[in-house]
Amino acid sequence: MAKNALVKREDKRTEVALPERTRGAVTYTPRCDIFEKDDELILCADLPGVEPGNADVRFENGELMIYGRCAARQQGVNYLNYEYGIGDYYRVFTIGEMIDTDNIAAELKNGVLTVHLPKSEAVKPKKITVKAG
Amino acid sequence: MLMTPWQPYTDLWGKMGQFREEMDRLFDSFGFGDGRWPSLAAAYPTVNLWEDGDHVYAEAELPGMELSDLEIYVTGGNQLTLKGERKEPAFGKGVWHRQERGFGMFTRVITLPVDVDADQVEARFAHGVLTITMPKSETAKPRKITVKTE
Repeated sequence: MAKNALVKREDKRTEVALPERTRGAVTYTPRCDIFEKDDELILCADLPGVEPGNADVRFENGELMIYGRCAARQQGVNYLNYEYGIGDYYRVFTIGEMIDTDNIAAELKNGVLTVHLPKSEAVKPKKITVKAG
Repeated sequence: MLMTPWQPYTDLWGKMGQFREEMDRLFDSFGFGDGRWPSLAAAYPTVNLWEDGDHVYAEAELPGMELSDLEIYVTGGNQLTLKGERKEPAFGKGVWHRQERGFGMFTRVITLPVDVDADQVEARFAHGVLTITMPKSETAKPRKITVKTE
């Protein structure tokens, strides 16, 4: 399987309507892993600080959008050491595979979002038995 | 009168070498050097630290981990150690198309600005974020000095 057959393009632009942001917070691009099995694609994204109710996953027109809302955990403190910022997470992937959209499942556990994208029947690999003639 | 000896190539090679070294350093700092971490600095996990009058707080983002995978100690009064392992998920047979999240063992030692009471340290882990609350030791707490008027 060619490496770039799956994810053809990834950028900030999307046709999916985004949840409107009312505050001018910083948005971060989460780190993601994508794993392909015979019957499904699995996407894992690190969304530390996002509670299960605050994650939004959409699949539309071959684009998978993930959005995680993460409110500020500290307010008005003076950091002695500041190595990362806290904000919402947003990322869009174009999935170049036929996906069975009705059966997409997503779960968020300990700040890791796992999305299971089952392949539609048409693209699943089929084994053809060769008969002896 | 031209006083500098004209050495076109020696100088050029020197500059090229410098440039190459600069680039190597730049790429190493982005994590392309040899590690498995894609774009992290040498230190993992990244830690935010802040304080109020009585406590020092440390927070680290450790998505996918459990509190039981972590070891947290305070030694010597002001050395906070975070140790743990982030395990790679096992999905069975297949191919990785993208692997940006890092896995493996880590240890990080942070020197706190003040001494803390090691017995009273509390750690909380929620939604992939570790928060450590460390009460300052009595000697490190700020004291209000009352100014007497005569």
